Amino acid sequence: MNTLFDKIWDKHVVQIVEDGPTQLYIDRLYCHEVTSPQAFAGMRERGLKCFRPDQIICMPDHNTPTHDQDKPIEDPVSRHQVDTLAKNTADFGLTHFGMLNPKNGIIHVVGPERGLSLPGMTIVCGDSHTSTHGAMGAVAFGIGTSEVEMVMASQCILQSKPKSMRISVNGELKKGVTAKDVALYIMSKMSTSGATGYFVEYAGSAVKSLSMEGRLTLSNLTIEMGARGGFIAPDEVTFEYLKGREYAPKGADWDKAVEYWKTLKSGDDAVFDKDITFDAADIEPMVTYGTNPGMGMGITQHIPTLDTVDAAGQISYKKSLDYMGFQPGDSLLGKKVDYVFCGSCTNGRIEDFRAFASIVKGRKKAEGVTCWLVPGSWMVDAQIREEGLDKIFEEAGFALRQPGCSACLAMNDDKIPAGKLSVSTSNRNFEGRQGPGARTVLASPLVAAAAAVTGVITDPRTMM
Amino acid sequence: MKQKFDIITSTCVPLPLENVDTDQIIPARFLKATDKKGFGDNLFRDWRYDKEGNPIKSFVLNDPTYGGCILVAGKNFGSGSSREHAAWAIAGYGFRVVISSFFADIHKNNELNNFVLPVVVSEQFLAELFDSINKNPKMEVKVDLPNQTVTNLATGKSEKFEINGYKKYCLMNALDDIDFLLENKDKIEAWEKKQKNA
Repeated sequence: MNTLFDKIWDKHVVQIVEDGPTQLYIDRLYCHEVTSPQAFAGMRERGLKCFRPDQIICMPDHNTPTHDQDKPIEDPVSRHQVDTLAKNTADFGLTHFGMLNPKNGIIHVVGPERGLSLPGMTIVCGDSHTSTHGAMGAVAFGIGTSEVEMVMASQCILQSKPKSMRISVNGELKKGVTAKDVALYIMSKMSTSGATGYFVEYAGSAVKSLSMEGRLTLSNLTIEMGARGGFIAPDEVTFEYLKGREYAPKGADWDKAVEYWKTLKSGDDAVFDKDITFDAADIEPMVTYGTNPGMGMGITQHIPTLDTVDAAGQISYKKSLDYMGFQPGDSLLGKKVDYVFCGSCTNGRIEDFRAFASIVKGRKKAEGVTCWLVPGSWMVDAQIREEGLDKIFEEAGFALRQPGCSACLAMNDDKIPAGKLSVSTSNRNFEGRQGPGARTVLASPLVAAAAAVTGVITDPRTMM
Repeated sequence: MKQKFDIITSTCVPLPLENVDTDQIIPARFLKATDKKGFGDNLFRDWRYDKEGNPIKSFVLNDPTYGGCILVAGKNFGSGSSREHAAWAIAGYGFRVVISSFFADIHKNNELNNFVLPVVVSEQFLAELFDSINKNPKMEVKVDLPNQTVTNLATGKSEKFEINGYKKYCLMNALDDIDFLLENKDKIEAWEKKQKNA
């Protein structure tokens, strides 16, 4: 009761269906090329126009190649899907940031950085990582394609109201510990289903101390513990970040907006269905060892042994370690790394590339490691160049690629070959996620950079 | 996809793995289609076929011992990506029901929106069901939506399952949410007006 989640959700209730879900008004719908074509097709079949076209923003990101974007996409099926989005947005009169448009990038990077995702909003997209936008103090969640069609048709969605959970991380984060480590740590404690049915509010001094980029990373990964979304109450960090951004309110509208945004916090008497607290001092740089993001541990720790897993989960646990080529009890430190990927909607922002650069500066990329540095958007790319990070990368033997989702889910050509070990700043280490047979260790940009220059999994704190 | 749902009695396909994520149900490289057809062919693609495209004999979908339109899976089924392609693959393959002790939220909605019924049972019911199927692959399960019961016909044990009245009505009458929302446009416009004036 009286949580920030209640405030935003309740404000957007159009009606509660008898013995059914809530009809919720949606302020912003984002669409990418993968989960929208069937929704547009459905709209056509029903002979419908988008109900509120101005509230829908579209861009391709999953299929986009990370090189030669000025040339036609080689894979005809990918090209068709990207072209279909362009055609659909033209037919339905929607805003479209196509490839090579300076506003293009990963939808969850572009929304916040352009000031399209604002505090107090309800935001949806046919993509589970829509939770990212919660960092702005919004209720943002991923939906299926049928639901995308619902929002196109009515600017509303039918949803049951989730329960509320507060996760507080108190204290000061230690050296080398980033928002990614905080998220992987929380997941390792909560499991991938520990927050299913809930919406999470992140709180506590360690969370509040995060930059906007860090908060976006933390909110982004909320889905990985099963929660629909996670958010952080807006504060000065949020307002400072948003001020002057292209689509953010301006002038008197800005003042009015900030005045409202300042009211967006849980009441002192707020009651959460679940309230969980972690101590920042317990968190060290994290790595995953299995095939779901909940299978994570501190980089100096050892893979849990089979007897720590409950009986029903043992088949899955063994299958998972077999897939990774790891043994229970193993340490990951010193394991040979074949690929490093820095990018994605989780860690494809400027701060992530600053972190990566801080480790590789004055060092050289390890022989035998293939490294893909993929900015989350053209805006991030421009910032990287403005700050001269591209020069640091170049001197260390790294090349910057063009923006897109890339090796996070390997829908373009950036696939990790079968059996190869990848240290990745992305969000999922599922079997085959980065390519059939690929083995993924999820980690922060600092851990990824340390692996890229040493060729093995290395504690970045020894290099800082 | 729209089809009326009532009572289904069928043999089951057992998948006793936990945390089956949507990347396993349908890998990302198969998400490039712009229609909803054909996803059933690639359901569980990388568990079902080897690199050369030959069926992996040990995988349950390739084992003629098992069949039917009910998939029985370990807990936390459908975690990960929101891709509705996973539900299209399950429906496209011919499954009408998925039974598990726990579903990921988005995937559960996606199944319902494609007239596949996710049935949540207790851990104990699920364990016994796997056991029954193991003992007799031809045993059947009865899923009765009007009465919201699921029955293991080998043991005779039955459990009640949850579904809200609205969604139950939709499934039994082959209606979808868009039909409902389009009938309520006046309420949406009234909400927008109220916000503007606030």
